[in-house]
Amino acid sequence: MFRNQYDTDVTTWSPAGRLFQVEYAMEAVKQGSAAIGLRSKTHVVLGCVNKANSELSSHQKKIFKVDDHIGVAIAGLTADGRVLSRYMRNECINYSFTYESPLPVGRLVVQLADKAQVCTQRSWKRPYGVGLLVAGLDESGAHLYYNCPSGNYFEYQAFAIGSRSQAAKTYLERRFESFRDASRDDLVKDALMAIRETLQGETLKSLVCTVAVVGVGEPFHILDQGTVQQMIDAFEIVAEQEGPAAEPDTEAGQEASAEPEPEQGAAAGEGVAPMDI
Amino acid sequence: MTKQQANWSPYDNNGGSCVAIAGADYCVIAADTRMSTGYNILTRDYSKICKLADKCVMASSGFQADVRALQKQLAARHLIYQHQHNKQMSCPAMAQLLSNTLYYKRFFPYYSFNVLGGLDNEGKGCVFTYDAVGSYEKVGYSSQGSGSTLIMPFLDNQLKSPSPLLLPAQDAVTPLVEAEAIDLVKTVFASASERDIYTVNKLELVIINAAGIRREYMELRKD
Repeated sequence: MFRNQYDTDVTTWSPAGRLFQVEYAMEAVKQGSAAIGLRSKTHVVLGCVNKANSELSSHQKKIFKVDDHIGVAIAGLTADGRVLSRYMRNECINYSFTYESPLPVGRLVVQLADKAQVCTQRSWKRPYGVGLLVAGLDESGAHLYYNCPSGNYFEYQAFAIGSRSQAAKTYLERRFESFRDASRDDLVKDALMAIRETLQGETLKSLVCTVAVVGVGEPFHILDQGTVQQMIDAFEIVAEQEGPAAEPDTEAGQEASAEPEPEQGAAAGEGVAPMDI
Repeated sequence: MTKQQANWSPYDNNGGSCVAIAGADYCVIAADTRMSTGYNILTRDYSKICKLADKCVMASSGFQADVRALQKQLAARHLIYQHQHNKQMSCPAMAQLLSNTLYYKRFFPYYSFNVLGGLDNEGKGCVFTYDAVGSYEKVGYSSQGSGSTLIMPFLDNQLKSPSPLLLPAQDAVTPLVEAEAIDLVKTVFASASERDIYTVNKLELVIINAAGIRREYMELRKD
């Protein structure tokens, strides 16, 4: 990246009218592992790639339940993401307590964006280094928002953030028109395919990804490993039948992941359970 | 000059009674459904029972506005606990939380007389009884509210449990089976409604056991 004399402080403008510290914060988001989100009229699905540092450690939690009707996936500095999730949870609880109704998603993202903006205009603070995909349901339907460290937020039909997210975005751009009326299962399948795009050749296993769903009549929850693996297996079988040009290692990967999966599922259940909510 | 007395009280008593009985693998929590003020009836169909967690239910009599505020507080704190610990609060944990919440307002108390009932981590029934400022005790059975003076002696007669101060520690749960305990509760409320004008109309029972939570109703005297 460029080093220049206007990037020491977040409160210093460059002559071109840029705040470099904020842009560097957005870079941090691009370095994090991928997170994707997509929505239909009635459901929103979040997915992310979970890479553990080593085989010995558990993976970082990147999807957080904020309330029954809102969840968030993060990319970037996960510690910042954790803190912001706690803030979001508190806001939802306080709103529910006062108004006895769920906090509309649009309000929450504005509050989040304002919180991020504060950090871009104080010399003793630094911007949050995390991008958030906020998925939620309220009276006006299903929503997916992206909050960035700059304090901006946008609503999306589908989006991907983090490293190698461009591959997922390309896939989503091809398919997004079908999302609006897609069924819940199709939406989850599309999310898994988008995640696979970011893996770039690596086999897609339920161990490396996390998927969460929120929808009408379905409170936000993270799908368990078994369900995710079943869906992966289901569409990989279809892919093989349709495309003999599919890589041979998908088949091998499928068998390899099917056998150790029960043990890993149990072991992962112990290690992963405290993280999953 | 005589001292000026308050001509307004922030509290009111909406009457009613609550009872809870703990068994070896179940817990019965019951309350009547009348809400009164003075000698008038506000409504005949108000639930004094609130589910705080999967295995934990609270019944409260006293000033229902304070009761409602207390229920909301506990529900919000429970949500925070679930986010942090990834599981529901156990009944003993909720019991401690309720005590702390009540004492927090020691100098402007919740006018709420509570009994907390549920299953502990081992699936055994437990009942906790409180005063308005959070003093609590784990017991085998308890009653609170306007009818408690009529109900408690009868429960003592039927269910007297050993003191928790005894050594070696003895089980506080009643030897009755679930059906017998439910029958006892119904009898006790039927008696109380004969003489307590506030404990009438309908009885709401909540029974917690390993299979989950279920609700039953029984009609009482309506006058």
